[in-house]
Amino acid sequence: MTMLVLALTITAAQILLGLAMACAAFRALRGPRAQDRVLGLDALYVAGMLLLLTYGIQTGRTIFFEAALIIAVLGFAGTVALAKFLMRGEVIE
Amino acid sequence: MIQAPDLPFWAAIIVGLFVFAGAAITLIGAIGLLRMKTFYERVHPPTLGMTLGTGFILLASITCFSVMQSRPVLHEALIAIFITITTPITLMLLARAALYRDRAAGVEDVPRDFEDEGK
Repeated sequence: MTMLVLALTITAAQILLGLAMACAAFRALRGPRAQDRVLGLDALYVAGMLLLLTYGIQTGRTIFFEAALIIAVLGFAGTVALAKFLMRGEVIE
Repeated sequence: MIQAPDLPFWAAIIVGLFVFAGAAITLIGAIGLLRMKTFYERVHPPTLGMTLGTGFILLASITCFSVMQSRPVLHEALIAIFITITTPITLMLLARAALYRDRAAGVEDVPRDFEDEGK
């Protein structure tokens, strides 16, 4: 009984995170300007990372944690590069 | 598809509450990203929502793995520290880039530059 309720709760949380990813993806696709798209992409990768963490809780495997850590690190680097590009028109000068 | 870790009752309640709260707060932040009108309003809700949501889900993950392996598992704190440090940096960089672009384009309703007013 406890396991069933917990399983349903985790699945509901995954659906909520999927909706959050959909909102962020909508903002990334629709713009209206370039900075809005970068912001949407940023929110998208954080929500995706949280979704991976819930899969880790669900299955009890630690491999999902490592994937989430890599997404967090590389996503931040990507957003910084995109912000630099928006400001200067070049990433590496 | 639907499965759950085998946890004692009290741990299951903590994990369920934290996971659901984290997901709901993240969704609220993402909805704020959709609903706000201007870019300068839009940068704030995902930052707040994502930081708090990440904190809750990581607390759930720490509780879950600590109970299952019956020893403290704290490596999730790495992600928590990293997200807490990097999210405000992202906000500042993006807002600065947008300000620069708006001022260069000569847009009217840009937030004022308080540094210039003293001169």
